[in-house]
Amino acid sequence: MSDESENKPPMPTSATGVGERPKKKTILDRHQILEKNVTLLAVFAFLVVTIGGLVQIAPLFWLENTIEDVEGMRPYTPLELAGRDIYVREGCYVCHSQMIRPMRDEVERYGHYSLAAESQYDHPFQWGSKRTGPDLARVGGRYSDEWHVDHLRDPQSVVPESVMPKYGYLEDRLIDGRYVGDLLATHKLVGVPYSDEMVDMAQADFTAQADPDSDYDGLIERYGDKVQVRNFDGAPGISEADALIAYLQMLGTLVDFSTFTPVASR
Amino acid sequence: MAKKPEKKQEVETTGHEWDGIEELNNPLPRWWLWVFYACIVWAIWYSIAYPAWPMVSGATKGYMGWSTRENVAQEIAAAEEANSEINAQLVAADLSAIPGDEQLAGYARDAGEAVFNTWCVQCHGREGGGFVGYPTLSDDSWLWGGSMEEIHTTIAHGIRNDEDPDARWSEMPAFGADGLLSEEEVDQVINYVMSLSGEPKDAAVVEAGAEVFEINCAACHGENAEGMVAMGAPNLSDAIWLYGGGYDALYETIWNSRFGVMPPWTERLDEAEVRAVSAYVHQLGGGE
Repeated sequence: MSDESENKPPMPTSATGVGERPKKKTILDRHQILEKNVTLLAVFAFLVVTIGGLVQIAPLFWLENTIEDVEGMRPYTPLELAGRDIYVREGCYVCHSQMIRPMRDEVERYGHYSLAAESQYDHPFQWGSKRTGPDLARVGGRYSDEWHVDHLRDPQSVVPESVMPKYGYLEDRLIDGRYVGDLLATHKLVGVPYSDEMVDMAQADFTAQADPDSDYDGLIERYGDKVQVRNFDGAPGISEADALIAYLQMLGTLVDFSTFTPVASR
Repeated sequence: MAKKPEKKQEVETTGHEWDGIEELNNPLPRWWLWVFYACIVWAIWYSIAYPAWPMVSGATKGYMGWSTRENVAQEIAAAEEANSEINAQLVAADLSAIPGDEQLAGYARDAGEAVFNTWCVQCHGREGGGFVGYPTLSDDSWLWGGSMEEIHTTIAHGIRNDEDPDARWSEMPAFGADGLLSEEEVDQVINYVMSLSGEPKDAAVVEAGAEVFEINCAACHGENAEGMVAMGAPNLSDAIWLYGGGYDALYETIWNSRFGVMPPWTERLDEAEVRAVSAYVHQLGGGE
């Protein structure tokens, strides 16, 4: 190697010649220290990102107006939470957003723009970033349960131009809510205000919500009288379709907008 | 397009060199540099003009006083203001008089079409074409009545929903599942009902079915099976079927019953919109 380098023709020097003329060290020259030391570069890049995060994200945790003061918002019932898990598992968020932006066209089409308060119990949030299908933030109550069953089974039977896949198998998969208490406990761990009672009674509430003939007083007492208790898929047993439809029928219906006044500065 | 060697001599190098390959230190194009600086200046202006920096008790508001939520409220208010006069006329008008009033009917048809295509089309189909289980709105067959008043009530309060106490309500018993009729009686009544639409059926079975029908079904569907609008009971003799008129579909209907639900719309639409979409549905073809 050393022989070869000795045989090479001399390097052509540039017009000014590197290092030929002593130059004043500018800040950009000092920047070269970072550019030439990968560890130092990583450390400083991390610092810059940290500052950006502190400025942009951290204040949201203490600013009082981040989450609006609304009435009616409550943690999801065990059945709705299970339905939400199915929503996430099936990747619904890939094609459906849950974020009505404050623009006239969206408000006219979907209803009141979404509030931060409405996704405060979402872990993770389902705002989404792609609308192949429509926004679902306020789909609750917009269609009948039967429509949801028909539509999940064969979307094209009611919306011929739809490209949504069929989800009929959700009706065949029965769930008993055996682990739904753990699911609530996990959400409690990350800050959803589930009481110990809610966690303990999770499976009972889970089955009660899908059966209008059951004793669902406890469920109503714990989650409020706006909880919808129905046999959502119209078939015996609690299927994944029951849970998913319970979740969809709740979406966007919790906040009482008659008592909500938007803060102008947002 | 090899660079001319003498050109290379004019440009400073960065001092990086590997195996005789040097990195030239060409200056950035001037236009690019100026755009870059302009972007920085613009960003500073933007963060002063618009809400940007989070502080202790709230974000900076920006001197332009801009607010997304206020903007959308203003835009909607402006749109409502633009239509307020005709909307007020629509709300004040006698429901049954709307289709006859050329100006109101024209406005209601257009406004109603927009409402329909946003909120109704998912179940009732384009131009009210309907699907199995979701009534066609463009024909003369009405479950709950096809006059302006009836359509308006149906849209405002919905059908068989839990939310609106004024929702239209009727419930057909599950004749088979609840043990009201035997398997044989259900078969007979299916044969009778199918014969009403002109299907050739065994006369003896049809006659037995007619008897079953008279005892169990006529109270709602009428003696001649022509339906009863007050009960939302469909006409069974017109060969128009909501859930299908084949044997299997009718068996399912009679054995397990059906329970079509329509949401109430007063919470989502204002009175002018409900009236507009009522008028739109009314003129789709079957308005009475």
